[in-house]
Amino acid sequence: MSSITPAGVKAGAQGGGGGEPRRPGRVSLGGLSLNLRASGIYIAFALIVVLFSVLTDGALLTPQNISNIIVQNSYVLILAIGMILVIIAGHIDLSVGSVVAVTGALAAVLMVNMGMPWPLALLLTVVAGGLIGAWQGYWIAYFGIPAFIVTLAGMLLFRALTLTVLGNRGIGPFPDQVRTLANGFTSGYLGNIGLGPLGGADLFSLLIGVIAIAGMVTAQWRSRAARAGYGQSVEPIALFALKMAAGAAVILFLVVQLARFHNLPWVLVLLAILVLAYSLMANRTVFGRQIYAIGGNLQAAVMSGVKVKKVVFWIFVNMGVLSAIAGIIFAGRLNQAGPTAGNSFELDAIAAAFIGGAAVQGGVGKVVGAITGGLIMAVINNGMSLIGSPSERVMLVKGAVLLAAVAFDVWTKRRAGAAG
Amino acid sequence: MTDHILRMSGITKTFPGVKALQDVTLSVRRGEIHAICGENGAGKSTLMKVLSGVYPHGAYEGEIRFEGETCEFGGIRDSEHAGIVIIHQELALSPQLSIAENIFLGNERARRGFIDWNRTNFEAAQLMERVGLRENPTTVVSDIGVGKQQLVEIAKALSKEVKLLILDEPTAALNDDDSAHLLDLLRGLRDEGITCVIISHKLNEVTAIADSVTIIRDGRTIETLDMATDAVTEDRIISGMVGRALDNRYPPHEPTIGEEVLRIEDWTVYSPSQPGRKVVDGAALTLRRGEIVGLAGLMGAGRTELAMSLFGRTYGVNISGKVFKDGKPIEIRTVQDAIRHGLAYATEDRKRYGLNLIEDIKRNVSAAGLSGLSRRGWVDEHQEYAVAERFHKSMNIKAPSVSSVVGKLSGGNQQKVVLSKWILTEPDVLILDEPTRGIDVGAKYEIYTIINRLADEGRAVLVISSELPELLGLCDRIYTLSEGRITGEVPRRDATQERLMHLMTKGQE
Repeated sequence: MSSITPAGVKAGAQGGGGGEPRRPGRVSLGGLSLNLRASGIYIAFALIVVLFSVLTDGALLTPQNISNIIVQNSYVLILAIGMILVIIAGHIDLSVGSVVAVTGALAAVLMVNMGMPWPLALLLTVVAGGLIGAWQGYWIAYFGIPAFIVTLAGMLLFRALTLTVLGNRGIGPFPDQVRTLANGFTSGYLGNIGLGPLGGADLFSLLIGVIAIAGMVTAQWRSRAARAGYGQSVEPIALFALKMAAGAAVILFLVVQLARFHNLPWVLVLLAILVLAYSLMANRTVFGRQIYAIGGNLQAAVMSGVKVKKVVFWIFVNMGVLSAIAGIIFAGRLNQAGPTAGNSFELDAIAAAFIGGAAVQGGVGKVVGAITGGLIMAVINNGMSLIGSPSERVMLVKGAVLLAAVAFDVWTKRRAGAAG
Repeated sequence: MTDHILRMSGITKTFPGVKALQDVTLSVRRGEIHAICGENGAGKSTLMKVLSGVYPHGAYEGEIRFEGETCEFGGIRDSEHAGIVIIHQELALSPQLSIAENIFLGNERARRGFIDWNRTNFEAAQLMERVGLRENPTTVVSDIGVGKQQLVEIAKALSKEVKLLILDEPTAALNDDDSAHLLDLLRGLRDEGITCVIISHKLNEVTAIADSVTIIRDGRTIETLDMATDAVTEDRIISGMVGRALDNRYPPHEPTIGEEVLRIEDWTVYSPSQPGRKVVDGAALTLRRGEIVGLAGLMGAGRTELAMSLFGRTYGVNISGKVFKDGKPIEIRTVQDAIRHGLAYATEDRKRYGLNLIEDIKRNVSAAGLSGLSRRGWVDEHQEYAVAERFHKSMNIKAPSVSSVVGKLSGGNQQKVVLSKWILTEPDVLILDEPTRGIDVGAKYEIYTIINRLADEGRAVLVISSELPELLGLCDRIYTLSEGRITGEVPRRDATQERLMHLMTKGQE
């Protein structure tokens, strides 16, 4: 009876359908078992950073350049958070670039042309983003049109809407508060302190960094203790300490460099909050679990009582909201909403998700992975422009990295499949 | 000496861990209609796949002689070239192409690479005339009914100058008129000299049309009967199909049967793909606490369709009928409703509908019961782990830890994960569809023990199975289903394989 399909399952909406189980490849390093597929992306990121640090004689990791990388790529990283959820559920969203443009334009019209107070305008813009997501989510989840088609149409529709609103010119300038959010830095609330040979640095930023490290270590330690309490296996204490030390070192380095330059960029604060919140959502909430269940096996999810249509609908609403936030930040950074805003952002966000370990069939992926994927592209972009590579060569390298990342993923899967 | 068009001898086909065919012999006389009968899983389809080259020469042992010559088919093209054409139960037509295009698909009427449409449609019309299909050759296949699509398949076979036509369950999806027409057509083809092999569960059709019948059971040829000389009745075929000794592969169980927990009345379900065809027709059944009830039926009888339509309308359209839970009428519109009312359904196809193979054991176990493991939408991961660990032990799931990926487990252990998932939802009624399919003997015994335990906990269990001995060994009461209708209800003490098979093959009067 292989012909029976649960009612309401639109075969076309699912890309492929997972027949073969995916098995993570593992390598053993001196008795230390390492999940290659899960951690490969972080190792690759570290290698790329080291490579460009050497190639740029350290220019990559100067305080100002780190700040630039974050501020210049924040909107794509925000989009990547929404995109990874869409891709885990087995869908795709091609419209986010156009949604960034139309929401940026809306924010500009509300604030600049209509003189609306900026907090209200931002709220309305975000709500509009949600409504755009709801529009697309309706066609995908309830009407059963594949997301590829709906969002391809959305890409055209919302670009057309942007051009209708803006004509051929940009609208600006934005209020200072919005520009600060997009482009600015936290104030030096506590003044500077001297860091010896490194010069002066913002005390407030350093304190935030220390708090972040303390929070990370505490949360990880408590989780480890709870796991042990339930009789689950935990990693050896030495490995745990090593991981924590590495994490702390990265955060500390980042914060010290930023504190030496200009304090913390507001978008970094926003990004940190979003990454934390969405990681928790994906792993720890019923909704997050259902996203993985739908992408892993749509039909099994239906038969397990997951309200598939509702979950897919809300994933797209969420994508719309995040696109609106990215739209505001992009417009704020340029200090004007332009008709070409967000061009090809969808491709950057999708590439970030796939470089970050998402699977084409769905069901696999992590928010932190997508962010790392986005940062890999950001570092390549930035590093290559620092060494003066022409833009066509940057594009070439980015394309090769995307292909290599997915090829690696497929290869580890196949190798694990053959071994099992 | 009899003129045999086909002789297959000593055919043995092994899949990893299973001998699907063992020393099978099949001899088909020229110009006859030869039926092959056997239970689900007896090996009929495997034998036909060997014959048609789906399993190429070398993938099996034994010899195929066709038209007096030894054949070593490397694929379907080879067997078709020799004049053997197989028509599968699931038709292999391209729905958006015309009748004529389908007939000559892969065998196009072309001149220098360009299709000759006049010749295509003209020859198609001639073939359609032969099979009694009155349609325009340019009509798109999806616009005609299943019965006519079946005729297109036969016309396609005729276009290849078929000598031996194999039909797998040709009337399973057809209504009575279409079935009658098809059988007439087969008689006509026989008179034209085309030999036919048909696989069928409908024994009344077999006795009506076949010249001889070969019975296969557990991958072996049991006997070949000549309809003209042997006095072949449906009972005679049934005893050949099921004549197997029962052994104690089933744990002993003394049921404690309580109150009625679920009752359905007048349950009717229509096919979503073929408008107007009733897949389940006025079915009624009752389940009681502590009772294991069997649902027996041959392929296509509507067993899975009945279960899925009940479980939140996941199959079928225009579903009508009444459902009573603990004596009170209830409405089940969605899977969520079904779970809320204490129903659980473990599907027959674990990998497609039961499990997320890329996730680990604990996330599969919690998939249907997350509401019980969460507060305000937040999953308690430690409790989730503890629950999964409890099932890991109590169900004896053989895996290093509950973080093991489900896709790596054996069939038996995957099934234990599915059962754990549903037990976590605290169901009153469990519907288990082919719970031991693809599971080795040792694991089967464990699954049976779990089923007994579930009944002892006061739940009602409905077991759907193609294996009659399994139903006889496990169930307190067995319903039989034939062509969508409940044709019998047999208590354990009165149940025999013959009696059940008789009820399962009962056609519409």
